[in-house]
Amino acid sequence: MAVKVEKISEGVYALDCTGLVCPHPQIYTKKMIEKIKAGDTLVVTFDNPSSSETIAAMCLSKGNEIIEKKSDCGKYVYRIRKSA
Amino acid sequence: MESGARKKKIWALVIVGFFALVSVLTYAYNDYYIYLSAYLWFGLIYGMCLQYGRFCFASAFRDLFAVGVPRMVVGIMTATLFFAIVSSFVTAAGFSTFHPSPSGIHSIIAGLIFGIGMVFAGGCASGSLYKAGEGSGLAMLVILSISVTQSSFADLGGFLNKLVPASWHASAMSKNLPAVINVGDGWLDQYLAGYVWNYPKVTFANLLGMKNETISGAFAGNLVVGVVLPALLMLIAVYFIWGRKGFVQEKLKEKGSVGLRDHLTGFWGMILLSKRTSIAGLFLGVACGLQMFVIEGLRIKFGVRNAGEILTRLGSDSGISIRGTVFDPGYWYVTTQEAQWVGWVMHKLGWNNMDNIFFGYINGIPNPALNPADWMSLALIGGAAVMALLNNEFRFKKPTLEFAKWAIIGGFLMGIGSRLGLGCNVGAFFVRASNGDVGGWLFGLGMIGGAYIGVKFFNWLTERKMAKELAGIEI
Repeated sequence: MAVKVEKISEGVYALDCTGLVCPHPQIYTKKMIEKIKAGDTLVVTFDNPSSSETIAAMCLSKGNEIIEKKSDCGKYVYRIRKSA
Repeated sequence: MESGARKKKIWALVIVGFFALVSVLTYAYNDYYIYLSAYLWFGLIYGMCLQYGRFCFASAFRDLFAVGVPRMVVGIMTATLFFAIVSSFVTAAGFSTFHPSPSGIHSIIAGLIFGIGMVFAGGCASGSLYKAGEGSGLAMLVILSISVTQSSFADLGGFLNKLVPASWHASAMSKNLPAVINVGDGWLDQYLAGYVWNYPKVTFANLLGMKNETISGAFAGNLVVGVVLPALLMLIAVYFIWGRKGFVQEKLKEKGSVGLRDHLTGFWGMILLSKRTSIAGLFLGVACGLQMFVIEGLRIKFGVRNAGEILTRLGSDSGISIRGTVFDPGYWYVTTQEAQWVGWVMHKLGWNNMDNIFFGYINGIPNPALNPADWMSLALIGGAAVMALLNNEFRFKKPTLEFAKWAIIGGFLMGIGSRLGLGCNVGAFFVRASNGDVGGWLFGLGMIGGAYIGVKFFNWLTERKMAKELAGIEI
């Protein structure tokens, strides 16, 4: 199972880390945030519960805003806006 | 509440009810079973704490090096600190079950191997247990790999004997161990008896000329010098290298300068970055200290020094070591019991694996159904499952082929590291460091180095995969 990246619309990207375990979801999320432009949105999907705390802490420390958090049955979708 | 979530909550109750039933029925059958139940309930608490705080030692330095997140370093230092505080009271009161182990360069090397393994596997030894409780098939594979590796490594000789330095062999032979142990055959036997046992068992209290059981030794030596100072230094270093950057930038924008008061606020902010992890660390640390007190209390009550005597009184003397002992640490431990259950299976399949130090002389291979440490690990998985079910996070996930190979390689390295270091991230680092054992910090230093190497490798690997995925996508 590999990571999947998709451009949903202008400035909005989807990163699917379903099936990946630590530390891959957080590493891919970090790399993807570094690549997109300030103000762009990244929608990360993952199902590794321990990555949720790390991704949240990573966004908080870098000033990137998690504008939406969804979790159901061990599956997480975080919508992250890259800070200016 | 959705019916799926309600069903999961019912399953959580079923698991707790099952453990309660086991405790009550076995106690009704024979009082001695309360000793095993004590391990069981502490295991359940550990599992709940680990899952609640996403508490994985692997992620401490891995996430720091990989994504600059210090939350788990904070959590682990919090747990270590609280374990050390409770442990100091327990030690000074004469109830400690902890015994320091030989400290030397081998602790760093073992930690390094273990550290690489835990990054490759996606979790440390204890982290894999709690993730198994969340339904991760991959974590179960890691546990199997650690278990099989250790169990085999403990008894392997043959061509590995040729890799043993002559000085180790001579030193091992001079220890006059019972002939049945056959110490001259087996790499690990000669490593232990001919090399590791020659190193001193040193605590910070000893270094300062104090005895561990005295108030000055337990508090000033092992707690303040052995835990508080190194933990504080580590957290300050983490703050200045990783934590302060974002905070300082924010303050500079706000008021144009940053003073000591701001740094103290920033440092405290780092501690509270993940309250969930810090709270789990606090409860975990206190529970670890209390377990020593409870187990030692039960040993005094039953007039025993080791669970081997209890198993014998229960009529189960098979798999007990030549000294009448079985693995009975009296505190949280993970890897030895993992080696034991596979060792027990292999023994049943005809492998004579009692002619070595690890199984035959020290830990034995008792029936897993009566092994106190196995009760603790099974309950730990159960406790993690309870917490995951209550939070609607339980989900069975089959291992994929790609990650299965990393689980096996990582588990193998952790298995080797555990036996070389006399324990894993829990037994060789967390417990030892919290009790002022110098070797605990040496193993920890090795783990940090191993995590760095593992992260460097995964950074390179993920960069390649990312580049492939991004080909054709305009950003």
